[in-house]
Amino acid sequence: MYPHSPQMALAGLLVAAMAAGCEQDMADQPRYEPLEASDFFANGMASRPLVEGTVARGHLRTDTAFFEGTADGEPVAEFPLSTVAEKLGVEGNESQQLEHVLTRGQQRFDIFCAPCHDRVGSGNGMAVQRGFPAPPSLELTRLREAPVGHFYDVITRGFGRMPSYASQVPPADRWAIVAYVRALQLSQHAAADDLPAEDRDKLPKGDAAP
Amino acid sequence: MPQVFHPSMNTISRVTIFGAVLIVAGLLAVVFTIVRSPYITEVNVVREQPVPFSHQHHVGDVGLDCRYCHTSVEDSSFAGIPPTATCMNCHSQLFADSEMLEPVRESYRTGTPLEWTRVSDVPDFVYFNHSVHVRKGVACVTCHGDVAKMPLMWREHTLFMQWCLDCHWHPEQYVGSPQAVFASGSSGDRQRVAEDLSAVVEVESQTSCYTCHR
Repeated sequence: MYPHSPQMALAGLLVAAMAAGCEQDMADQPRYEPLEASDFFANGMASRPLVEGTVARGHLRTDTAFFEGTADGEPVAEFPLSTVAEKLGVEGNESQQLEHVLTRGQQRFDIFCAPCHDRVGSGNGMAVQRGFPAPPSLELTRLREAPVGHFYDVITRGFGRMPSYASQVPPADRWAIVAYVRALQLSQHAAADDLPAEDRDKLPKGDAAP
Repeated sequence: MPQVFHPSMNTISRVTIFGAVLIVAGLLAVVFTIVRSPYITEVNVVREQPVPFSHQHHVGDVGLDCRYCHTSVEDSSFAGIPPTATCMNCHSQLFADSEMLEPVRESYRTGTPLEWTRVSDVPDFVYFNHSVHVRKGVACVTCHGDVAKMPLMWREHTLFMQWCLDCHWHPEQYVGSPQAVFASGSSGDRQRVAEDLSAVVEVESQTSCYTCHR
């Protein structure tokens, strides 16, 4: 148990030192974690940017309608539902796809857009309440008449004081948000006659068009 | 022949024998206490950061979702630390002249990233993956604590293997609704998955060594 000689004591110390060394190496192995600092690269970052002019395998963006929201330089008017559903991994028929895309869009809108646009799109989110210049309400006629590609373009490249959200929101999610923006616009301008009969009956009388 | 030992040796030998046991036990207790003290575990110790970022303000007061900044938490092992550009989404306009935020603006101007000090880190031989925990209904607050009440960031739990196993042995006590993963509030407020886990979400106890080590 106890060291009886200087040799034993030395051996004990060596084992202890080696054990400590092992712990260190195992817990902090010679590999980089995401975003770790690095002495090796000139800018001190272990995470490397894509080399300019290269495309990651499977990431070639030839579908400009989907990735840019434009066709022949004009914003697309038709919502690319099948591509969006495919990218989001949704199966089923068109209405099931649309329901999933809208749910996803609502969730992403609440995460990324609501801080300024607020949850119904009127443009009075928390950042605005704290002094950020207010964005226009999404219910404005010119925005209700704008093609879907316009909203996709604004999310992708920014508009006015709104910065680009391209790095935070991937393309399929941007389209899901666009779909939800359309739903928000419709929600504020739907006529009572658009509802199915059983839902229309639930409306308070005389308050059909708020 | 005279007695070799004086009668008092009876007492001395007893004290020595029991004393040795007490000393060993005492030393073990000291080591045990130190290992579990904040000095080693860093639990509840606020880290020095380049900017005094407040989760309490951004999550608690403003109501930002975790994913606004930690964008890869649902898809990747790493939750993601936001680039300075994400800060500037708002701070190009809000507190744009604040002295406190000068390191953020400088980072944005020069393209040099802010060097944050990591708060939650597991040893490299643990292959932790955020996306699977989030997908299965382990709320952020379960491991990170209620960051909406943390003005500056600290580590809420030891991240010891024993702590991981508390949940891996009894996930039903910790896993909640996948819809409430990103909600703030104490983990006790969250609705627990009932005893029959499989009826609600696909959660099973994962205690194979290879689940975390490989």
